[in-house]
Amino acid sequence: MTILDTTNVALPAGWLRTLSGRGSAALARAGRQLLLPLTGILLFVGFWQLAAPQVNTSLGSFPGPAQVFDQAGQLWQEHVNQRARADQFLAMQEARNARLLDANPDAEVKLRSYPGAPTFPDQVATSLGTVLAGFVLATVIAVPMGIVFGLNRHFQAAVNPLIQVFKPVSPLAWLPLVTMVVSATYVSDDPLFEKAFLTSMITVTLCSLWPTLINTSVGVAAVNPDLLNVSRVLRLSFASHVRKVVLPSSVPMIFTGLRVSLGIAWMVLIAAEMLAQSPGLGKFVWDEFQNGSSQSLSRIMVAVLTIGLIGFLLDRLMLLIQKQVAWNE
Amino acid sequence: MNSERIRGMTPARTTAHTEVIPMTKSHLELTGIEMAFDTPKGPFVALDNVNLKIRKGEFVSLIGHSGCGKSTVLNIVAGLLQANKGGCVLDGREVNSPGPERAVVFQNHALMPWLTVYENVELAVQQVFRKTMSRQRRKDWIHHNLELVNMAHAANKRPGEISGGMAQRVGIARALAMKPSVLLMDEPFGALDALTRAHLQDSLMDIQQELNNTVIMITHDVDEAVLLSDRIIMMTNGPAATVGEDLHIDLPRPRNRVTLADHPGYVHYRQEVLKFLYEKQRKLENLSQRRTASATTNQQARASDEPGAARA
Ligand SMILES: Nc1ncnc2c1ncn2[C@@H]1O[C@H](COP(=O)(O)OP(=O)(O)OP(=O)(O)O)[C@@H](O)[C@H]1O
Ligand SMILES: [Mg+2]
Repeated sequence: MTILDTTNVALPAGWLRTLSGRGSAALARAGRQLLLPLTGILLFVGFWQLAAPQVNTSLGSFPGPAQVFDQAGQLWQEHVNQRARADQFLAMQEARNARLLDANPDAEVKLRSYPGAPTFPDQVATSLGTVLAGFVLATVIAVPMGIVFGLNRHFQAAVNPLIQVFKPVSPLAWLPLVTMVVSATYVSDDPLFEKAFLTSMITVTLCSLWPTLINTSVGVAAVNPDLLNVSRVLRLSFASHVRKVVLPSSVPMIFTGLRVSLGIAWMVLIAAEMLAQSPGLGKFVWDEFQNGSSQSLSRIMVAVLTIGLIGFLLDRLMLLIQKQVAWNE
Repeated sequence: MNSERIRGMTPARTTAHTEVIPMTKSHLELTGIEMAFDTPKGPFVALDNVNLKIRKGEFVSLIGHSGCGKSTVLNIVAGLLQANKGGCVLDGREVNSPGPERAVVFQNHALMPWLTVYENVELAVQQVFRKTMSRQRRKDWIHHNLELVNMAHAANKRPGEISGGMAQRVGIARALAMKPSVLLMDEPFGALDALTRAHLQDSLMDIQQELNNTVIMITHDVDEAVLLSDRIIMMTNGPAATVGEDLHIDLPRPRNRVTLADHPGYVHYRQEVLKFLYEKQRKLENLSQRRTASATTNQQARASDEPGAARA
């Protein structure tokens, strides 16, 4: 599907195995497999290094690879420091509470969490949580709906125009509506989720469910007619028919849809977080942009690379699951 | 089991093209079948007034030029298609929906690609004998049927990992495992090479001798028809096809393809069929054209009208 979809990505393990075991031909192949992507990356970094100083912005020249790498370390260091402070803060509270309880066993003690701003890894974790929640919700909606549409031609004809119209809608268009609806309907004194989380999650769901929905319905509608006849000859009940024939037969198509959906979900999430100011990587980027310090561009660049890397890893993860589940792999 | 057959004697039977054993009610009876398909150019009458009576344990072949309506007849018996007029009665009961007592062997095995060989047969056995067989007996029954077609060794393989001939055997095992009163086969060996085909024909003869199933088989192969059948039903060309001739094959069983080749009866029957196909019902239109035309109509995949679908 993508250019990187070859085996060269799972390199380290395969590379080591070939080094230790097989003959020189395999070694050469592995070398080539490692060499080409590596060359590509090096060329890119070189170009970046050369081109970056030529681009001047109001915040100084565009950051080169070294500065970005530096900032990545910095962001990690900030995270480590913050953690240490949080631990300290907690330890202090516990010590104080212990003292209070010593003096008066009935004393009311409280533990407050550390009030510091979320660090970069925290934002990454938040984004991952949100995207997974949105994606799972999209799957839970899209797969059953896709099955229903795929099984029934008339139903499909009825909803097809709706799907075609809603599919291309950008998350930015949904977001204000979702925000308003969430604020109006999700009123609770003790909210289980933050509103910002819900808003970005629902936006992700709305934008990412279409590929799964379409692929599921297409997969379900395209079950081999012979297999449908087998099901009829066996007089399978509707439930068994769906469970034992239709669903397994469409698993490969469903998974292709799921992979596309997850990719869209991740892309949409960053935009949604940016616009909705809900915690996550998008907000991190936006905050840095507003901040406008001399390091901002480097920090945004770290975020950009992280977003890309995570998107890539998510796709790999789906592929791995697909290989476990789908019969045609 | 049919003792006459074991001794290799010819059952007393009329060779004329008339009713067989009028005193008993037939096992399977098609009367006045008319089948018209709706097409954009109006209704297309594929079958007109098809009448057929089949006795229990009989092996019947349907032969005729491509597109004459053999599959349509078979699908009506299977209950997968509904005739516009006339009806099909099996053991005194009208057939109007598919069921496991009329098991179908499809041309392209139609095994579930995600299930193993064993699981494919299991799916059928589970469905048919869930209430009447214990779990252990079902298991034995599945193995028994796989052994019958010599496929027990590949029980844990997926259809994608076995050859076409092997998959076809499994398809037959699955059908037999339903203990059908009629076994329906639509060109079961059509997609196989000559050697595999001969091998499976022999297995099928053995199995049919042993189980005495009623079989209706569609074939394009004259030798196959004569070798396997008790009767060959020759269909006229469509549209509005019907039964043209009904040829009884009185050859001793068990039959051996090598010794049979010189048997005068065999040569005669073969000639009868060839005469019907290439003299009486000579196809005027180009056969290969017809084939491709019908192949394209079959492939009207609904999926193709979905441009937005991503494919792996
Ligand atoms: N669903 C359908 N709609 C319209 N026409 C059909 C349909 N199914 C079959 N036909 C037509 O009915 C005729 C008989 O078809 P059928 O498939 O029974 O032929 P056949 O004898 O089995 O041919 P073959 O030997 O090529 O398999 C053909 O002319 C075919 O085009
Ligand atoms: Mg046919």
